[in-house]
Amino acid sequence: MATAAAHQAAGTPAAHATSDAIGTASGPDSGPDSGTAAYQAAFDTAVAAEERIEPRDWMPDAYRATLVRQIAQHAHSEIIGMQPEANWITRAPSLRRKAILMAKVQDEAGHGLYLYSAAETLGTGRDELLDKLHSGRQKYSSIFNYPTLTWADVGAIGWLVDGAAITNQVPLCRCSYGPYARAMVRICKEESFHQRQGYELLLALSRGTDAQHAMAQDAVDRWWWPSLMMFGPPDDESSHSAQSMEWKIKRHSNDELRQRFVDICVPQAESLGLALPDPDLRWNEERGHHDFGAIDWTEFWEVLKGNGPCNEQRITQRRRAHDEGAWVREAAAAHAAKHSGASGKATA
Amino acid sequence: MTAHATSPTSGTPATPATPAAPPSVAATALALGDDALVLSHRLGEWAGHAPVLEEEVALANIALDLLGQARVLLSLVGDEDELAYLREERAFRNVQLVEQPNGDFAHTIARQLYFSTYQHLLYERLAASDGPLTGLAAKAVKEVAYHRDHAEQWTVRLGDGTPESHDRMQRACDALWRHTGEMFQPINGTADTDSTDGTSGIDVDWPEMEASWTASVTAVLDRATLKVPEGPRTGAWSAGAGRQGLHTEPFGRMLAEMQHLHRSHPGATW
Repeated sequence: MATAAAHQAAGTPAAHATSDAIGTASGPDSGPDSGTAAYQAAFDTAVAAEERIEPRDWMPDAYRATLVRQIAQHAHSEIIGMQPEANWITRAPSLRRKAILMAKVQDEAGHGLYLYSAAETLGTGRDELLDKLHSGRQKYSSIFNYPTLTWADVGAIGWLVDGAAITNQVPLCRCSYGPYARAMVRICKEESFHQRQGYELLLALSRGTDAQHAMAQDAVDRWWWPSLMMFGPPDDESSHSAQSMEWKIKRHSNDELRQRFVDICVPQAESLGLALPDPDLRWNEERGHHDFGAIDWTEFWEVLKGNGPCNEQRITQRRRAHDEGAWVREAAAAHAAKHSGASGKATA
Repeated sequence: MTAHATSPTSGTPATPATPAAPPSVAATALALGDDALVLSHRLGEWAGHAPVLEEEVALANIALDLLGQARVLLSLVGDEDELAYLREERAFRNVQLVEQPNGDFAHTIARQLYFSTYQHLLYERLAASDGPLTGLAAKAVKEVAYHRDHAEQWTVRLGDGTPESHDRMQRACDALWRHTGEMFQPINGTADTDSTDGTSGIDVDWPEMEASWTASVTAVLDRATLKVPEGPRTGAWSAGAGRQGLHTEPFGRMLAEMQHLHRSHPGATW
């Protein structure tokens, strides 16, 4: 209960003792209108005061639904995002790189776990969320529908995809929902580390043989535009943005973050000795930012609709892992039931 | 190592040139390093395919520990990347058990149970001894204790879970049983009864260790309501074969995948 102001304003100073009452107030038809209005006012005050909303606090249904959607999509992205990189674990060209990549993919599974836990504080279960992922009712980041065709793609993902993710996610460390904000603090630390490793991988290739340099350039050519698409549609087409910014879930617009990312990447590409595949990219003295070319939004929407290069493959592999693992989860549950109290170590 | 002497430079500046260990130590380090390298690779194949997220984390964690052990051990012998990427199948010294394909989750767990129990018993003994691998073993034994615990818990959970999981776990234990005897063959160049002068890599009472292994695995299988497999633990082909560079057919394909990129860019730095 971080939102002291919320409870005072709602007239429930003994908030801890009355959390059940607060819980029932969150239902769609809950309580008299005057009560809900008071809760709403308290919530608005707390958000305006930069207080954190915690799981047992009252929150608008739409706020809850938006968070579930966003956190679940974020968790799903970590899980699906393991696939394009895991694709290279068995072919990593040195033992050092192999160890780094394995550790990274392991971190991603861990991030998925944190995020599913954060989503569960909003009253939805991991199984339910996974089911929605598997049935296509919830999405994951469109970037992971692109294939990793060479080893350099592992570096491009680290530098560009993780870089874009960090640009997006660092502001989420101040998000109004406490559990999400705290998960993001942990995740961003590890993501920054991954991004540096990706950059360093590309640097080694760029400074390596001609073939390695070409491999790195080719990867950057293929990943640059999809990375810019990670910030979502342009501001005038972003349906959730205004409300999310009002709720302080989101802190900056898609286009602001995209611009920030481009400005960060340009000097990094120079020091990598790699070109960004955009003939319109140039410094604009007046704006104090880089201008850049038009994004192919047709491609973006196609990938989002399921027509990207790997959509089918990614979800099929995820479903297969889940389905083929069903007997293992059932075994763990059955074992735990037989030995309940004695063992309790099942992980299903 | 012949591979070290004859292969082109693979350019791994991150690995400092290590003074070559005495031949007997090198033979042991190579054998144990190959065990860890190959099993780590197999576990790495699970990434993105595990039955539950927690197991994505656990299997990758174990794979990473093993890869770390492999890197230390191979570096005692020569350049870790030359050894991993430029040797052919016949030059690898791992036991056949660790190269067995993952199969279903039960097969992976049975392989982990058999191997991590072996590795734990071996590293406990090395850590307590006073030899060139003592330091490595002292660090690794902590990791391996966790691997063993993980494998034992899953063996019990699957064996004493549902009828299906029980059958799968029993089949897996049976299928891998014939590869278990090899682990207790003395490692070439180290365990000759007449060279326990302190220069050999390890000084292990293999029959005693095998008895401990059998007792431990039997106890776990009992708890898991599983039968201890009855077939032979070594055959004419498998007795010590991996340690002599005689491997099973899937191993060559595993190496082809593992080594392809490195071999495609001779002399490159990664």
